[in-house]
Amino acid sequence: MQTTTVTDQHVDEHVHSHGHEGGHHHTETFISKYIFSLDHKTIGKQFLTLGMLWAIVGGGMSVLFRVQLGWPDETFPILERIFSSWFTDGKLNPEAYYSLITMHGTIMVFFVLTASLSGTFANVLIPLQIGARDMASPLMNALSFWFFLLAGVIMFASLFLPTGAASAGWTIYPPLSALPQTSPGSGNGMTFWLIAMVFFVVSTLLGGLNYISTVLNMRTKGMTMFRLPLTVWALFFTAIIGVLSFPVLVSCVVLLIFDRGLGTSFYLSNIVIGGKALPYAGGSPILFQHLFWFLGHPEVYIIILPAMGMVSEILAVHSRKPIFGYKAMIFSILGITVLGFIVWAHHMYLSGMNPFLGSVFTLFTLLIAIPSAVKVFNWLTTLWRGNIRITPPSMFAIGFVSMFISGGLTGIWLGNSTIDIQLHDTYFVVAHFHIVMGIAAFFGMFAGIYHWFPRMFGRMMNDTMAYIHFAITFIGSYLIFWPMHFIGLAGVPRRYYSFNEIEAFAQYGDLNKLISVVTVIVFLGQFVFLVNFVWSMYRGRKATQNPWQANTLEWTSPIEGIHGNWEGDLPTVHRWPYDYSRNPDSDVDFIPQTVPLTEEEKKDKIHH
Amino acid sequence: MAIILGLLTLVLLYIVIVQISKASDLIKSLRSGDEQGESFGNGALFTSAIGFAVLIYSLVTCYVYAPTLLPKPASEQGVWINDLLNATLLLTGVVFVITQFLLFWFVYKYHYRKDRKAYFFADNNKLEVAWTVVPAIVLTFLIGFGIQKWFKIFSPAPKEAVLIEVTGKQYAWVVRYAGADRALGKRDFSLVNPDNELGINWNDATSHDDFLADEIVLPVNKPVSFNVGALDVIHNFWLPHFRLMMSAVPGVPTHLWFRPTVTTEEMKRETKNPNFEYVVACNKLCGSGHYNMKKTVKVVTQEEYEKWFSEQKSYYYSVVKPSEGNASDTAKVKVVAMADKDKVAK
Repeated sequence: MQTTTVTDQHVDEHVHSHGHEGGHHHTETFISKYIFSLDHKTIGKQFLTLGMLWAIVGGGMSVLFRVQLGWPDETFPILERIFSSWFTDGKLNPEAYYSLITMHGTIMVFFVLTASLSGTFANVLIPLQIGARDMASPLMNALSFWFFLLAGVIMFASLFLPTGAASAGWTIYPPLSALPQTSPGSGNGMTFWLIAMVFFVVSTLLGGLNYISTVLNMRTKGMTMFRLPLTVWALFFTAIIGVLSFPVLVSCVVLLIFDRGLGTSFYLSNIVIGGKALPYAGGSPILFQHLFWFLGHPEVYIIILPAMGMVSEILAVHSRKPIFGYKAMIFSILGITVLGFIVWAHHMYLSGMNPFLGSVFTLFTLLIAIPSAVKVFNWLTTLWRGNIRITPPSMFAIGFVSMFISGGLTGIWLGNSTIDIQLHDTYFVVAHFHIVMGIAAFFGMFAGIYHWFPRMFGRMMNDTMAYIHFAITFIGSYLIFWPMHFIGLAGVPRRYYSFNEIEAFAQYGDLNKLISVVTVIVFLGQFVFLVNFVWSMYRGRKATQNPWQANTLEWTSPIEGIHGNWEGDLPTVHRWPYDYSRNPDSDVDFIPQTVPLTEEEKKDKIHH
Repeated sequence: MAIILGLLTLVLLYIVIVQISKASDLIKSLRSGDEQGESFGNGALFTSAIGFAVLIYSLVTCYVYAPTLLPKPASEQGVWINDLLNATLLLTGVVFVITQFLLFWFVYKYHYRKDRKAYFFADNNKLEVAWTVVPAIVLTFLIGFGIQKWFKIFSPAPKEAVLIEVTGKQYAWVVRYAGADRALGKRDFSLVNPDNELGINWNDATSHDDFLADEIVLPVNKPVSFNVGALDVIHNFWLPHFRLMMSAVPGVPTHLWFRPTVTTEEMKRETKNPNFEYVVACNKLCGSGHYNMKKTVKVVTQEEYEKWFSEQKSYYYSVVKPSEGNASDTAKVKVVAMADKDKVAK
């Protein structure tokens, strides 16, 4: 409490001094306002913009390698003209193919769905929804963005190296990633990858520590923990997971750098290349996998929790009902967070680790289905008997729930070590994780962008374009990833450059063409969203102060967005954020958090 | 030219979309609040129609693609895995249909109407307990059966098992069979050289009757045990038709045993494919040739297996020390040099 007051005063002074300057506001230059800004709203927009650029790059890569998988026997001189170093005789090189899938995974998992998703919404929403003037440390917050940018520049530069970008898969398992003689991408490309990821982790930690301290210390008067919107709860736990797991990735990466450059043998032992024994002894490639997945698994919850939080909030607002089981939602996030730390080895059932461990990790892994099921049933119950407004945000939130169900259920297959003996690393896995974590998280992100766009830019996004975007993305995602279940059940391994070399895997030529065609359409469909985004920023309908009639605090702060978020005093909170349709006799079906409780409501024991 | 035309078409398409969309914005700003409510309703029909279309698509494709999946499991262990997989399919399939149906049904049924009031329903402990406990019970069964089979599959191989060593390297599998003594000769990393990349210790007499095979031949209904390893990077020994796999890790020996139950000939009849063959493929990214690392597997009757086995030539006597066998002189020279190297290495 002490801290809150002090920080408040500090920021108040800051705001007041601005006030005294009055007309001098314009002295803030373009650079200080939009580039080196310390304002959380601007930093959020920076994360979003950079994330969208990365999504175009990462998505574009998938188009390129889908062209190879769809038409393995045809040549594409046009593509060779553009990407000359990756193509030979009109065909994508295997080395370039493996670089592309590696970079696609790295970019989508880390740069888009971790940094940009958390970075955008934690920044925009945490201070506004808890009633704070800014983050606990605006400077750390800005640094978080700049380290993200730096990591991205290094990662992007690696695409132009003569030996190619890293190509050992986004999981960079050694010895493949450690020995350049086994794969050209493991030369300088891998060095760039490793350095970029270290900076990336710095960015994540600066951001995460900041989000945690902001949520704990800077809530406004009356904003108890159990009055926080579920978005904040989700972003809070996401930050905790990140702070606890990302440092392990650094240790994992540093040991790999040692093995690559200093002749150590942490991950290497008994390696023979071309009949020559290499001087490594005593290490274990499996150690790397343990360290990698100790981050790598919590990472998927880092990706999905913010989406879950936003979807919970958006479904409540747009169905005009309280989220069903508010506390159950919080405890299920907590359950996922805790269990998420003790399931990492389910990626390693068949890695060569002791089979006994496989049984332990099966137990914990399938347990995680319980909090996930609770969340799904609670979302469904939230919609039940609601008065659902179908808007772009709610449409994408519903799409998220559909994707999460589809992908979550196949998790019960893969989490069971015995079934994993058949399905590990087949296309079934590709289908599973793209649906449950890739597409679902993107749907959460889109829902969030459509919902909070008026909060960020003071204008509404266009509905028609959003409908087109939804239809293309939702139908397209199922057309792309659903059939991959069948391809995987037919035994086809993932990360194959061509399916024609082994006859048992060659039967899905037509299906692969179809998937590739739909991939191109879905990729182009995302530009409908981008056009909508840019167009609405300047020409969209002006937003009203509270366009969705929501209860949370961000809609009480002036919609045009001011430094310090609220004129004068910070708002006081009197109730939880989900009083939708609480009073059946009233014409107004929402009661903002700032409205004091009536005498009657005080007697009512639930949810103050 | 084609690129420019293509891009131009795309840009025009986006412009058309923006123009149409602008109209919808205009209409929206002219509408009164009541009429806006109607547009929320249209969205509901749109969304749930898409949802149901996708639900139907997902079920129909199951039916369409089922015949293209793997034929019946060709090993005892594969049958256990397949049974558990089918049970899981049934359970998750039912949950999938019910939840997706409810989701898109609610979207339509409870879509916005001006005269509708949402039902304030914030909590219900009974419901929460129900959908915590029911999945927990169902999952307990899946975990129980799963772990039981898991331990059976990774139990020690029976003593009578045929002993085979497979070693992955970029981009091939080296297959070594234990000879008549049913023991594989020891390997020593310090003995590795270009002529002996496995580092087989020829001083170990059990190595002398071992042989290298071009394809993996297995007797039906007999346990076969694989010592799996790799020379350079991680590979994965994937036997899709037997439903089994195991990583091949440099420096970390792994094991897999199973009992094949269907011969190649039987499977040819079963699949009505005269060219059918069992394969091993690599299932862990191992470099640019990862997609082409195949080995043929043949499952044969006991008699055929014994015949094949008796025809194999010991690697030691045919290549390493042909003087003790009946190979040519050139091989002999090479081997003598190698034996000397081995001594030096020692």
